Amino acid sequence: MNRFPMWKIIVVLLVCAFGIIYTLPNFVSKSSLSGLPDWLPTKQVNLGLDLQGGSHLLLQVDAGAVKTKMMDSLVDGVRDSLRQQGDNVGYRDLGHDGEIVSFTLRDAADEEKARERLSDLSNIMPNGQRDVVIEVGDGGRVTLTPSEAAIIQRLSSAVDQSIEIVRRRVDETGVNEPTIQRQGRDRILVQLPGVDDPDRIKRLLGETAQLTFHMVDLTADVGAAGRVPPGSKRLQSLNEGSRTYIIENRVMVSGENLEDAQATFQNGQPVVSIRFDGLGAKQFGRATSENVGKPFAIVLDNKVVSAPRINEPILGGAAVISGGFDVAGAQDLALLLRAGALPAPLDILEERSVGPDLGADSIAAGEVAGVIGVIAVAVFMVLSYGLFGIFANVALAMNIFLIMAVLSVLGATLTLPGIAGIVLTIGMAVDANVLIFERIREEIRVGKSPLNAVESGFARAFTTIIDANVTTGIAAVILFVMGSGPVKGFAVTLLIGIISSMFTAIMLSRMLISFWMQRKRPKTLEI
Amino acid sequence: MMRKLKLIPDNTNIPFLKFRMMAFIVSAVLILASIGLFFSLGLNKGIDFEGGILVEVGMEQAPELGDMRSSLGGLGLGQVALQSFGSDTDILIRVQRQEGDASAQEEAVTLIKQQLAQDYGDAISYRRVEFVGPTVSNELVIAATEAVVVAVLAMLVYIWLRFEWHYSVGAVIALVHDVILTIGMFAITRIEFNLASVAAILTIVGYSINDTVVVYDRIRENFRRFKKLSVQDLINLSINETLTRTTMTSFTTLLALVALYIFGGEVIRGFAMAMIFGIVVGTYSSIFVAAPILLQIGLTHQKEEEEGFAGAERADADAEEKS
Repeated sequence: MNRFPMWKIIVVLLVCAFGIIYTLPNFVSKSSLSGLPDWLPTKQVNLGLDLQGGSHLLLQVDAGAVKTKMMDSLVDGVRDSLRQQGDNVGYRDLGHDGEIVSFTLRDAADEEKARERLSDLSNIMPNGQRDVVIEVGDGGRVTLTPSEAAIIQRLSSAVDQSIEIVRRRVDETGVNEPTIQRQGRDRILVQLPGVDDPDRIKRLLGETAQLTFHMVDLTADVGAAGRVPPGSKRLQSLNEGSRTYIIENRVMVSGENLEDAQATFQNGQPVVSIRFDGLGAKQFGRATSENVGKPFAIVLDNKVVSAPRINEPILGGAAVISGGFDVAGAQDLALLLRAGALPAPLDILEERSVGPDLGADSIAAGEVAGVIGVIAVAVFMVLSYGLFGIFANVALAMNIFLIMAVLSVLGATLTLPGIAGIVLTIGMAVDANVLIFERIREEIRVGKSPLNAVESGFARAFTTIIDANVTTGIAAVILFVMGSGPVKGFAVTLLIGIISSMFTAIMLSRMLISFWMQRKRPKTLEI
Repeated sequence: MMRKLKLIPDNTNIPFLKFRMMAFIVSAVLILASIGLFFSLGLNKGIDFEGGILVEVGMEQAPELGDMRSSLGGLGLGQVALQSFGSDTDILIRVQRQEGDASAQEEAVTLIKQQLAQDYGDAISYRRVEFVGPTVSNELVIAATEAVVVAVLAMLVYIWLRFEWHYSVGAVIALVHDVILTIGMFAITRIEFNLASVAAILTIVGYSINDTVVVYDRIRENFRRFKKLSVQDLINLSINETLTRTTMTSFTTLLALVALYIFGGEVIRGFAMAMIFGIVVGTYSSIFVAAPILLQIGLTHQKEEEEGFAGAERADADAEEKS
């Protein structure tokens, strides 16, 4: 063996350099990091909420309320379609049982007319099916059944909307780097670093966002210097950079009167269809009749979402916003329009808030435990294996650098159990070296030369190391996949530790030993 | 050169298998005791699994726990448990799960905070506030149990593939042994059983299997080397040959864990304790349960040769070396 191949030397050195360079930013304060040139790594290990302090909220969207609201609005839609001025379709017993909307036609001969009127309520979904199935039975009994897919889609979009609202709400409070993500089917995980008393945020999440529709004031000069006429105001655009709009203060229709908005297709073009409730439809109908050809502004949280032109009076309470959207753009706008209010109540299932003191204490305690653990293990290794123990300790130190570097690069989150994982890894990291060294001892005992003993010690320990680490790795992977929060953090450090300790034992300490043997050419091995 | 520290002297030959019946009896008694404790005392489940409320407060001066208990007890929230946590000025308040849904837990938290503000004013800071609703805690119990079962099964399959069925049965018996004893330890010490405890158990599973595999690896190797040796002597030889490594690794891991237990802070102490216990049990089971049980379930020379899969590589390696 003893010529350690050049390519391996290069790999080992590269990996070690990576470990050291990418660990260093963690020892530098955030402010001095920003002053460094771009080509230097600046990523630090993310601290979990349990270490930096912060609040973790698990919210659940009330699925029952979403469905009830869906059925209620379908009932309203049926009523509005059937009752049209001067041309009512007579019906009775309109209502829903939570699953199906039903009513009975007063005159069964109205069936065709009813079908035609109701057709607006049944749209084709992206999967090609209708979202509401309309059936007419004996005696003029009409049922409207939302398909399973439509309900799931509605719940799913309710969760998406809630996340969007929650995000806006949280951003408004000025929390730094909040994490808001979907968890499972109907849950939202909100993580608020630095917030140890989330009462205000919990209150805000219950509040309704304001959505309003206004006419655009065409008499005013839109230029930045232009004076804003009385009765109007200048608003920033939501998505169009610095563009501003001047709109009339008068609210044409409020978002409270908006029932739904969905991205659909019209003539093959992605559009957004919106639907108002009864009052909204009336207000909207009147305003559009009086302002054909003029633009009206859709305003959300005092920013203009868009200002489409009214092409014709819109009387049915259902409208389509077209404007050269792509599919994603239409979905976004639909979402924004729906986002006027939380679609359903949010329940807080779980809260974990950690104050900054406790987090700082935990980090300090973890550091002390880590340093003492490393020293204890290192001393013990030298006592047991002498010079070879020092080789193992170099590998151990590099192991810690590699774990920190990989955590930094991955942007993985270091939690308190994660620190425990690192400390544990320190103890277990020397295992591979112990296995190798014990093998070398055995080989020497049976009379092999130092060179052969080292060679076969590494070779024979190899399969054992693989088998032993793969099994531990299985436990770590399962922890990662099935665990949650801090436990995941533990699994990540454990898994990285397993891999890096195998690398440092098999490659790094072997390289050191082989360099040493080449220089000294020892006649006997002290191990 | 200085003399090396040796936990185990060279050429140790302890007849472990002679004691195997005694070890089996000890293990069986401990397992039965653990199961009994689990069902009689139960586990001191934390809010992760029980639901409920946990508030850790830092006080400017050590409060009278009795006063605080009666004050909070008067809120009508049911059982309120107080304990100082790491220091006298650091108090852990645990309140049982409130009847009703998640919002009931939230209201209770508000009540507690109001009462504490009334009693102590600004002299109190919240180090930690946690509540877990009933739905979530049930799910966590299920997920945790699943994780442990899946981990054990995955290892069973891996060892089956790499060795043969005797080994995988032996390893799983040792694993189940370790998990049950660790749970028994949680029951008797009343250390809080929470998500971190599940992580500890899974790590113990990983560690114990690691230890066991090292011994098994040697047994497999020795089966090929010593065709004439009786199975009992062979297993015994293998345990002795790997004994230094087994104890060395357990010892370094324990060093790190003891550091964590002493210096790692209050929150992590239960986790460190469980791990320390698990490492000791895992080491014991690798030597006294996992290896001897192979003899008990009838591992023989023939069985080993039939397998031959991983064996071929090693035989080649040996041949190469000789040439």
